[in-house]
Amino acid sequence: MAGGGLREDLLEQLEKVRSLVKAHGSPHREVYLDLENSGLVFEEALVALHEAYKIHGNPSITHRPGWRALEAILEAELGLMDLIGVDNGEVVFTHSGTEANNLAVMGLARASCGRRKIIVSQIEHLSVKFPAERLQEHGFKLVEIPVDEEGFIDLDYLAGQVDDDTLMVSVAAVNHEIGVIQDLRAIAEIVKDKSPGAIIHTDACDALGRIPLDLESAGVDIASFSGHKIFAPKGVGALYVKEGLKLEPILHGQLSSQRLWPGAENIPAIAGFARALELFRKNFDEYRSRMRRLRDMLIDGIFERVDDVVLNGPKGDMRAPDNVNMSFLYCEGEALTVELSLRGVYVSSGSACTSRTLEPSHVLLAIKRPYEVAHGSILMKVSPMHDEDDIKYVLEQVPEAVKRLRAISPRVVM
Amino acid sequence: MSSRIPLPYSPKVLELFRNPKNLGRMEDANAVATAGSLACGDMITIYLKIDDQRERIIDASFESYGCAANIATASLLTEMIKGMTLRDAWNISWKQLSDELGGLPPIKYHCGVLAVGALRRAIRAYYKDRAKPDWLPDELTPDERHALEEEELMKILAKRISEGGRNSH
Repeated sequence: MAGGGLREDLLEQLEKVRSLVKAHGSPHREVYLDLENSGLVFEEALVALHEAYKIHGNPSITHRPGWRALEAILEAELGLMDLIGVDNGEVVFTHSGTEANNLAVMGLARASCGRRKIIVSQIEHLSVKFPAERLQEHGFKLVEIPVDEEGFIDLDYLAGQVDDDTLMVSVAAVNHEIGVIQDLRAIAEIVKDKSPGAIIHTDACDALGRIPLDLESAGVDIASFSGHKIFAPKGVGALYVKEGLKLEPILHGQLSSQRLWPGAENIPAIAGFARALELFRKNFDEYRSRMRRLRDMLIDGIFERVDDVVLNGPKGDMRAPDNVNMSFLYCEGEALTVELSLRGVYVSSGSACTSRTLEPSHVLLAIKRPYEVAHGSILMKVSPMHDEDDIKYVLEQVPEAVKRLRAISPRVVM
Repeated sequence: MSSRIPLPYSPKVLELFRNPKNLGRMEDANAVATAGSLACGDMITIYLKIDDQRERIIDASFESYGCAANIATASLLTEMIKGMTLRDAWNISWKQLSDELGGLPPIKYHCGVLAVGALRRAIRAYYKDRAKPDWLPDELTPDERHALEEEELMKILAKRISEGGRNSH
């Protein structure tokens, strides 16, 4: 084998990251709040995952293990339908929310017979925004709906844009970064009133289990979901598609049990997803009130302990019960994530330094946060698995971490 | 090279982030300069105390608003230049800083660029009211231009946001 190249590079990176983990050390206490990027997992969902690994079967094949795999898929499908308020249509299992969003946007565009306008909000997840942008290269027109400073979409602007050329309108029920809850019913009414044939898609990855969803009566046609956002094992997403709606597959390959997403279904993760859905269905009110209590304890606690802090997104009932997004002025977010990591508190940031480009979070810029405020943003999400002691620990660490970084920062006036 | 991102920090970056050296404002500095801006998300201010007779750096310190790599880079640079002549300090490149730090991830190269940019600005500031030595070029060096370009780019982006005109409506 020739030396150098990729192999050598990977070995070097591996060595580096191993030493980095070692140098970081294990904090005496850890609180994981970076649920935006990778979830915690319910113990019971893990048990379901382990059990389902013993099934082995592929649901398309006619033997006992295949039928058992099919049983697992149908249970998850029914569980999802129960939680989102639909009785008809189909559920397609993907391997992530990103895949579900791509399937929605690209699959609709491929099936379109004439309509060319795609309308999305300015704060959509990149897995909606980027496919929609790419479709411009194929003759589609992209319109972005602005949002106000709390993140609510401009309904008048939307009404002015929807016409009989509109293929789809995509607005997340709950924004992944700032937790703003949109009025899906009002959006659907406006869209259907202007053009009954326009399709409503919602990225509901952050809405599932956080707000009551009644998609059928709200007039939503397609909705995307992500397993890890409800503490199922990673590696499963889903797309609900209303009955009679035409979507074309965007992947092609071995026939699976589902026309729209070929390839072997991740049965163990789907079984774990089913279990997480069941837990959310049974304990919906309890989980919500617990998350809301912890969320408010965290937000109020930070405001009490740290000066020059801004809450990104709305307050109170129009904010997802799990979402805390705050900007710490005079602090750079990436440095804060590293500083907090050393203290065992795991969060993410909308700072440019955490992205591949020089630009900070497009969501924070859309709500008119200046660059320096966006750079200092920290995103934390709470779960039903967290408790008051976790939040107390975070409230001890955050002020200390901010204090240290501010002491390093040049004394400038923003 | 692998296209996988982000590439990890080295343990040295983490160590210098944790325990940076030469931190803080220097009240008796005789050359000070800043590169970057809050809008960039990266800003480094370098303070130098220079022996006027020997044109040698006696002491150096920094303040940083930026990521972990930014803080580590500034710490390393200020440590490297203490005791150096201004001429030698001038010749430090961002690549040298990156190598000393065990290789910055490509997305963090600009931290090295800003640190070098701030240092060179401080050296130019020092010679503003003094006789300019032969080794100090009249024209901006590529590293200085690079730092300047980053600042300019951010100004443009920030202006676009404040005008509310980004993206198509």
